[in-house]
Parts: sequence; C-alpha cells; structure tokens
Amino acid sequence: MAGVAVTTTINGDEVEFLCQPDETLLDVLRDRLGLTGAKEGCGTGDCGACSVILDDRLVCSCLVLGAEAQGRQVETVEGMARGDKLHPLQQKFLEHAALQCGICTPGFLIAAKDLLAKNPDPTEEEIRFGLAGNLCRCTGYDKIVRAVQDAATVMKGA
Amino acid sequence: MGFDPRHLERNFKSVGTSPIRPDGVDKVTGRARYGADFNMAGQLVGRVLRSPHAHARIIKIDTSKAEKLAGVKAIVTAADLPDLTDGNSEMYAILDNCMAREKALYDGHAVAAVAAVDAHTAKRALKLIEVTYEVLPHVTDVDEAMKSTAPVLHDTVFTEGVEPKPDAPSNVAKRTQYGHGDVEAGFSQADFVVERSFKTEQTHQGYIEPHACVANTSPDGTAELWVCTQGHFVYRQHCAELLGLDVSKLRVTSSEIGGGFGGKTHVWTEPVALALSRKAGRPVKLVMTRDEVFRASGPTSATSIDVKIGARKDGTITAASASLRYSCGPYYGMWAELGAMTAFACYNLENVKTVGYEVLVNRPKTAAYRAPSAPMAAFAVESAIDELAKNVGIDPVEFRIKNAAREGTRSSYGPVYGPIGIGPTLEAVKNHPHMKAPLGKNQGRGMACGFWFNFGGQTCTDINIGMDGSVSLAVGTVDVGGSRASLSLVAAEELGIAYEQVKAVVADTSSLGYNDMTDGSRGTFSSSMATISAARNAIQTLRERAAQTWDIPVEDVVWEKGHAIAKGEKYGNLASLSLKDIAAKSGNTGGPIAGHSELVADGAGVSFATHICDIEVDPETGATRVLRYTVVQDAGKAVHPAYVEGQYQGGAAQGIGWALNEEYIYGSDGRLQNPGFLDYRIPVCSDLPMIDTQILEIPNPNHPYGVRGVGETSIVPPLAAIANAVSNAAGVRMTHIPMSPPRILAAIEAEQAG
Amino acid sequence: MVEVTLWGSLGAAAGGLNKIDIEAKDIRELFRKLAEQYPSLEPYIDRGIAVSIDGVIYRDTWAKELPEDAEIFLLPRLAGG
Repeated sequence: MAGVAVTTTINGDEVEFLCQPDETLLDVLRDRLGLTGAKEGCGTGDCGACSVILDDRLVCSCLVLGAEAQGRQVETVEGMARGDKLHPLQQKFLEHAALQCGICTPGFLIAAKDLLAKNPDPTEEEIRFGLAGNLCRCTGYDKIVRAVQDAATVMKGA
Repeated sequence: MGFDPRHLERNFKSVGTSPIRPDGVDKVTGRARYGADFNMAGQLVGRVLRSPHAHARIIKIDTSKAEKLAGVKAIVTAADLPDLTDGNSEMYAILDNCMAREKALYDGHAVAAVAAVDAHTAKRALKLIEVTYEVLPHVTDVDEAMKSTAPVLHDTVFTEGVEPKPDAPSNVAKRTQYGHGDVEAGFSQADFVVERSFKTEQTHQGYIEPHACVANTSPDGTAELWVCTQGHFVYRQHCAELLGLDVSKLRVTSSEIGGGFGGKTHVWTEPVALALSRKAGRPVKLVMTRDEVFRASGPTSATSIDVKIGARKDGTITAASASLRYSCGPYYGMWAELGAMTAFACYNLENVKTVGYEVLVNRPKTAAYRAPSAPMAAFAVESAIDELAKNVGIDPVEFRIKNAAREGTRSSYGPVYGPIGIGPTLEAVKNHPHMKAPLGKNQGRGMACGFWFNFGGQTCTDINIGMDGSVSLAVGTVDVGGSRASLSLVAAEELGIAYEQVKAVVADTSSLGYNDMTDGSRGTFSSSMATISAARNAIQTLRERAAQTWDIPVEDVVWEKGHAIAKGEKYGNLASLSLKDIAAKSGNTGGPIAGHSELVADGAGVSFATHICDIEVDPETGATRVLRYTVVQDAGKAVHPAYVEGQYQGGAAQGIGWALNEEYIYGSDGRLQNPGFLDYRIPVCSDLPMIDTQILEIPNPNHPYGVRGVGETSIVPPLAAIANAVSNAAGVRMTHIPMSPPRILAAIEAEQAG
Repeated sequence: MVEVTLWGSLGAAAGGLNKIDIEAKDIRELFRKLAEQYPSLEPYIDRGIAVSIDGVIYRDTWAKELPEDAEIFLLPRLAGG
C-alpha cells in the first residue's frame, strides 16, 4: 500500500511522517514517532489508555487514523510537563498515590486535562462521569478523583 | 528473623510515611517503559493463529502458502517446540497451552505463530495457514462437565483423590478434602440449618496492559527477553526449560507492568516468541490483542458451590460443610483445593468438612486471580452465614464475632492460628459509622469477612553504597503497586538515612539471584525482610570501617541514626561518622561497601478483612448503584500507608465488578462471546463511590516490623458483602454471581410470583 | 519423634492414615522418611508440600527444625495471584 504523507503539530512541534492509510494515530505515535506514552489497552476505543487531545477534542487515538492528523493539533501526555516542571495534574496524581501500575495514567491525565479545560470547577459526579471513558483496574478510582479535585483547586487559584 | 516487639514502641522515621514513589515521575510523563514500549533493531512482528473451535483434534497444519509470502521470516507450530518437560505435568500443561500439540482445547488455543516484517504481513500470513480440524463435542459448564455423559477432554485423566481409583476417565481431575470433627453429629445438634447452592461465573483479572514481549535468541545459545511479568525469574525458568536453554544464558528484564493480579505469573506467548526468534534469527516482538487476552490468557474459575451450616439458638455454629466445584480449563491446578481450604477459614469450628472438585472444561487455562479461589468460596459461605444469622435472630456482625477464629483456633484447613486480625476487623466494623448510616428505600446493607494465606518465598536483595553516600537498592520482586517506595522506606529506616538517599530498582535476572514472583501478597513482605537483612549486613561493614578508621574494636562501635558512634566514655572525643563520611573513604578502607541478602522469607502472616457496602436496587430494572463501601483489613504493619490503602481500594473495586457485572459468556458453539472491554465491562469511575479504608495493625510475629501481605485479601469479601447488600435491598437471597440487572430482576420476579 | 497430620489426599495416598509418627529433626529428613516409608507420597512431595509448624507455614525451608511436640501439618504448596 502506498504511504500517506502527513504534516501535523504534536505538543506544539511541527511533525512530518509517512504512514499507511489504515494505520491508526496510536500506531503512528508509538511506532513511528517514539511517543509511547499513549498505550494500546484494547484497540477498540473501550479503555481510554490511548487518549489524546485532537484539536481541543478528547479522542481515543486507536479510533483515529494517522492520516486524519493532517493539519491538526495533537496533545499527548509527553507535552504536559513544561521542562522539568510537572503539570499540576501530574503532581497531584503523584501526591495522592493516584496510580499503582500506572498504565492507565497517561490516558487519565489527558482526559482530566480536557475535563478541567472545559469545566474548571467540576463536582465529584462531574469528574466521575467525565473520566468514565478511562478504565483503571488497580486503584478503584478513589485517589484519581481526589487528585483531579486537588489539581482543579490549584489550577483555579493559579 | 522474628518480630521485634520493641518496634511497637519504636518511633519509625520512614516506615509508616507515604512519600512519592521513585518510579512516579516516569509514569506520569509517559516515560516509563512497559512490555510493548520496547523495541530492538531489526525486530519482526509476531502474531499467533488460534483455534476457532472449543474442542478439536488437529489433523494437519499446512504452512506452505504462508511461508511463501514475502516478508514472512519464520513460522512455528508445536513441532518447533519439542517436549523437554520430562514428565513434569505442570510444565507440560504450560507447553501445550503455549502451542497446542494434538488437540485444540478451547476457543483461542494457539496452534501456530508467524514472525514477519510488519503487522500487515503477519496478519496475512496467519490467513494463509491451513489447519485441518476434526471438531469434537465440547463442554464449558462446570456442572455439565462432571456428568458421565460429558465429552471428556483427556482420556488419560482419572480422578485423583478418590478411593478406589475410577476405571473411566473423566473431567474431574482431582477431589480434595479438608476439615475436622464430625459434621453429621454437629448438624444433629443444630437448631437452625441453612443449606444453599451458589454459582459464580468466570472472570478475568482485567489488567489494562496486554501481554507483550520482545524476544531475541542468538545462535550461540544465549537469549534475551523483555517482558511484562509478575516474576521475571519464573518466566526465565519456564522459557529456559521449554526451549532447552541454560537459565544463566537467558537474560530476562522485567518491564514496568501494567497490572497482573496473578494473570502474569506464568508464560503464555513468551516461549513462542523465543522460538520464532530462534527460527528467524532476528528479534521478535509479540503483543497480544485484547481479544487474545480474554480468549487465551488465564481467567479465574467458574464455580458451583453447595454450602450447609448449622447453629444452635444461642448462635454457636455446630457444623459447616461445603462441596466446591471449580473449573480449571483444560489442565488441572489447585483451584478447587484452595477454595476448599479457605471457605471456612474465618471461623472457629468444631465440625467442618469441605470437599473440592477440580473440573476440566473447554475454556482457557485458569490462572490465579488475586487470592485465587477464595472470593467464590467466601461468597457462598458468607451468604449462608448471613441467612443463618437472620434465622437465629442475631445481628450479622455479632454472629460472626461470636464464631470468629482467634489465636489458638484450629483452622478449617488444618494448622492452628497464631495472633490474627479477624476479631479486630469485626469489632472495628461493628463500631464503624458506616454501620449506623441511615438507609433509604430499595437500599440494603451487607457485610462479609475474608481470609488469605499470604506467602514468603525466595528473595535476593543487594544494597550498594555509593561513595557519595547515596544508596542503590536492587530488588528482584517486580513492583506492581509501589513496592520500590516501600522497600526504600525500609532501607532508609534500617540505615538511618533519608528516604531520598535511597534509589530502588528492579534488577534483571542476570544481576541478582533467584526471586520468586510477586504474587501471594509477598512482594513487600519478602523483599522487606531481605532488605532489612541486607541493610544490617551493610551496617556491619560500615561499623567495621569506622572501627578501622578509629583503630578501635568493632564491638565498641554502634550504628545509630545513620552514624557510627564510638560507644564508651573513653571515646568521648571521637566525633561520629556519617554513612556519607564512611562511604567517601571506602576506596581506602577495603573497597565498595555493600550488603547482600539471599533468603527464604517464610512465615508470612495470614490476613483478614471485613467489608461493608450499601447498594440501591431499582426494582423495575434490576439495576444497582453502589452507595457506600468500607474496607477494614489487617496489614500487620503498613510500611507505606497510602499504597496499602490503594491495595484495599483496588481489590474492593475488582470485587465490585465481579459481583455486579463481569462474566465470561460462552455460546452454544463453545466460543467466547464477549472478549472485549465493551461487553466484558469492568467498573468505570462513575460506577463507584469513594472507598473508605481502615488499616488495622496486628503484628505478624514472623517479620521484624510485623508486616503482613496486603495485596490479595481485599478481593475476598466483596462478592459476599455485595450479595448480602443486594439480597437485603431486593428482599430475595441472591445465589448467582454476577448479580447483573437481568439476574436481579428475575430473582425479584420469581420471589413475587412464588 | 513428631506427629504429622496429613491433609485429605495425602492421607489417602498413605493408605488412609491421617496422622503419622515420624522420627525427623527437620523438614528435609521428614520428606525423606515419608517418601521411604510411604512411596505413594513421593509424587506429592515432588510436586511440592508446605509444612505448617505450630501454625506457621513454611514452603521452602528444608533445614527448618521440627521442635519436639510441635504441631506439624502437611498442606499442598500454595500459590497466590
């Protein structure tokens, strides 16, 4: 199959790549661009471990074709920290022990970032429903919700 | 190395705090590398061809067309994995499960594998492999499989543990029995008896990370394996045995692991990856799809359990018995046996009898799932106990307190208990505010107890002290939930230095002696014992170096708060030497300073938990809502309390999913209907409330700090606690897990009709 | 001399005996003597047996001494998850 040339912006940087027409954005990120933060947990859009932000929209990158990134903005977990300064969500996840194995963490951080961008002062219920597209098998979500609540407070005050 | 009671008064500086873990920043920035995040130059993509039949003889496998496809570099079948197991039935089962030898025994059983230059080519190659099957009748239900008319999976299996030995093969691989006393006599003394049958459907550990590895075999007989695993030394052992490699020549590196819960305690595709690499002469990356994880890794047993319990009108249990039938997939394990051992472990019983039946079915090979076999047995027993308490007219918590096991009780599986926590967890629950919270319409409260053994095992740990005074801690137990932090706390505590001065890593198999896997809640328990031992060895050397520096006998040097101190008035002028001071001079005083430990951490303490939950049931749809959940569990000593809480909450969440929704659904064609996260739906964030936890600390006398394992016990009570809550809310006793909306609705309607 | 209690299947393999008296000073000697006196127990020993001494379970420590008058209980070698 002939490759498709794509020009896109990832975490603020312009990126060019060649991919197959049926390759997912997740495959492109992981296998062509070395950005392995997004994970494949299911490949069918049910677990959220591959979550990225595409032009201000939270998506499962396993359900987006690499070619669809043409001319758009992609945000992944690798772009959340500024140099060695962690994003408040990242910091709070650590402080609240909101991760155990950590495989779902990049997806949750992106989903939480998107949630707080659209709703900076969410209730517990809004956080729970806002994150319902991300599966975690280790934590039972309790500490994840607390971390997001705490980060929201910090981000509002900043 | 026993418990030191001075620790009860000791002011721990590090142990008992909750600092940020050393691997944390990597995990929140996406830098941490899991099984599928690693690549080797020139690697090929491996994919596995799997049987679409639940039970079939493999007549022929023709790989010729696939071999001709450009880009295909190797194809393997069972012929490429000769049987080197030498009569070891456990290893043979693993071998046959990795690649079917004569029969496909379940939908998803591996029959061939390819390695190709990319995923496209590998997938096309699989389609070109022609397998001729002779489809056989199958059986997937545990009770159906026990019938004499059921299709038999192996005609070489005759039920073990039955006298006289049966003359016909069957699917009942083993019968095991536990207990003491005389249950018939005991039942005759009872004023109230409850007798019920229960069923639980098969569930999967549900780790978000599929099995993944990169295998690289060299022509000189060495090999490397990067893999997500709960035990890289165990994987090394399995792969070396199955492939005929020397253990020391196979270097296995454990990636970060994205969840295991028992499902990554033995090999599934890794020997196949190594075989492909061997044949292709190139590294092979083999990652399971989610579909494959459900169909072809290791879910837990489906069960069918009968329970009978009798009590006098004062509430004393006089007899308890259970018959427990557990499915094990196509190869037997000890799943029914564990159920038979744990079923009544929480209670002080004069007369008890449990019989376990290990039943072969055409489903994937059962693997351990967090306190394996205990949750189902607890569901059956704790449901019956609740009903019995109600009949006798005693509060369910009081009933359990009255009959709870204590120090000196003969357990239902044999040995007598030392100091244990079931009484304290029950007392804590009795007084917990959750028990007094008001309930509304269609809401019910349930509570239940649970037990797990916890294990020790072989453990090696290395402490190396850098010349700048920083400490490297190399451990061999895979970190599934934060143990690197806990072990750093222990090292810091023993050495008397700051947590931040210690850096813990999980070493690969070439860098450390054998370590048992992270299962059985043994990670922190065993590695902390080894860490304490290694630290004390290092302290011995530190004292010797100080003694040498001061030119005094080492007996006069003590180690306190991270410093060597000359003990005695005559040494009044000697300033203490810090670890950093001594390390800086180590090159001149005898070389690098280290402490090692290779030990068997035996004497793990059993742990108990009691859970409370409130559930609301919608009587029109059978839908449920978890309103409130509380976990009370004994940890012995919580090294890192936030991570102990995390284990409690995680186990509870898995139990909630198991109780209310998760199940493997098989069609009449013997194929798994729901091998994906859409239809095998685990709890999401909006399904659960905050999960309250209370950590009790009844010290384990066999650990220097009293640590008990904590990872597994919290999945044992939820099925029962929730069943009791739903039963109370709906007004009908629930006996089939999961209690999904259709089941609850059917039970309510049957109760109303009958 | 220690008295050893065998769990169900083991007892059946030992000819229906539930309790056995054995002269053994540690776990290694116990296993050796059991295999000698009851050859049908050997496959179980090979597969792995855990030994409970006064309630504490030992899975791998063959040098562990068996105190006189201790309660010794043989169990299958347990696995976790």
